[in-house]
Amino acid sequence: MAKGIKKTGVPSWEELKSSPGLPDADRLEEGPVAFIECVQEIPCNPCETVCPFGAIEVGSPITNLPKLYGEKCTGCGLCVAACPGLAIFKVHKNYTNTTSLVEFPFEYHPLPKTGETVRCVNREGKFVVEGKVVKIRNSKQFDATALVTVEVPKKYFLEVRSIERKR
Amino acid sequence: MKKTQVAIIGAGPAGLAAAIEVARAGGEVTLLDENHKPGGQLFKQIHKFFGSREHRAGTRGFRIGEKLLEDTEKLGVKVLLDSPVYSIFKDFVIGYISDGREKAIQAERIILATGASENALAFPGCTLPGVMGAGAAQTMINVHRVLPGKKIIMVGSGNVGLIVSYQLLQAGADVIALIEAAAEIGGYGVHASKIRRAGVPIYTSYTIQEVIGKNSVEGAVIVGLDEKWKPIKGTEKLIEADTVCIAVGLSPLAELAWLAGCEFAFVPSLGGHVPKHDRNMETTIKGLYAAGDLTGIEEASSAMEEGRLAGIACAESLGLYSKEEARDLKEKVWARLNTLRTGPFGKKRRDAKDKLIEMMEGGADIG
Repeated sequence: MAKGIKKTGVPSWEELKSSPGLPDADRLEEGPVAFIECVQEIPCNPCETVCPFGAIEVGSPITNLPKLYGEKCTGCGLCVAACPGLAIFKVHKNYTNTTSLVEFPFEYHPLPKTGETVRCVNREGKFVVEGKVVKIRNSKQFDATALVTVEVPKKYFLEVRSIERKR
Repeated sequence: MKKTQVAIIGAGPAGLAAAIEVARAGGEVTLLDENHKPGGQLFKQIHKFFGSREHRAGTRGFRIGEKLLEDTEKLGVKVLLDSPVYSIFKDFVIGYISDGREKAIQAERIILATGASENALAFPGCTLPGVMGAGAAQTMINVHRVLPGKKIIMVGSGNVGLIVSYQLLQAGADVIALIEAAAEIGGYGVHASKIRRAGVPIYTSYTIQEVIGKNSVEGAVIVGLDEKWKPIKGTEKLIEADTVCIAVGLSPLAELAWLAGCEFAFVPSLGGHVPKHDRNMETTIKGLYAAGDLTGIEEASSAMEEGRLAGIACAESLGLYSKEEARDLKEKVWARLNTLRTGPFGKKRRDAKDKLIEMMEGGADIG
């Protein structure tokens, strides 16, 4: 089975790992951090301009893949809402001893509710595990890109990337 | 006969941007459009645009449209709506229809920004109600707030197919399958990832064999393709659906440029026959400019930049800008335009555009 973003629409692990937007293993242990899944050179840099801490660099040419400076990233999540491609996530691996948090952009109605148990899915839209919505951010600045944070068992923090839509 | 200094045909992103530039330079502009509202396809674009801050990246398309309309209003651009232009005659006399009657307006300069139309695809069942262009489906959901169907098959994985699939999901439909005849997805991977996360399967190397249904679409048979794009027997799949959207590319709407007598070049990577133009977006006819998808299929951000170029150059030719003023302004636009035409997706278009411009400067024809 062929892999990769051009073939399946899902970035492969190889593509993700070789992109400069992922925090390293140490940074993941330390607390919330941006997780940039941008593996194609497209002319785009709102992630760089929105970051107040200079933690994301695209530079010139604008088609460079965004580079994450994990030590500068505070995990504020502004880039998650700013990315027009909805390709940035925020992960907090050690939220508790057994659970992690994953924050992702969500542009469907209705939004889930805080405290609600939801069906979490992976990059292929397949059900992974049930999770709990712990936070929803939907400020005017985000312009209708809501940020949903789910709490999931720790082993899924690299896998869960969205939730099932309600219909 | 009515007269105007600059007539711009088409009030989409390119035409609006051109109108703003001419008016800002002090020119008198009449903008004609066949539609009931200005904006072209911009008001259907509810997603956030790519690019950099100068391109208003991260802003949803329709908000960019709102700003363009606000600027045209402030600058006193005259807009004639419900006014389809049917020909350009001698001495830049433009024939159009308004209130069911033929009318004419004569211009000193004309900027064509007529956009593009969706390509069709022929297969058994393609005339059944429920088979439509992806752009039509996008108009239904984002302009008229009507869902074309509940179970949708999207044909084509360019950015239009991917984005409209996402917007159909947002509108409450299910996209059952997205199929692509090529071996790889054509549009941006991030757009594909969004719909994959929402559970939409993408079938590459698949085409539509036929659409079945009595009075409207009830389903479709899709079939796998080999490397030579030949159907592979035994790979047929019947998929139940009530709507089939076609997103297999766009073609420049070049009729008026043909009628006006512009020289053309055939450039497949730009969508087919496009009028030759120079770095000022001026065609082979002096005083006649072209911008946007008409000069090669790209996207709204580049269309706006091309419109600005045409507008500035047009203003310069009317003496509204000095050569130096115009040069500085155009250089800035070119820098932004070149930025949009970088990377593996943009480079092909940039090369094709460069060749097209070279032809005006006496280069060879594109084969």
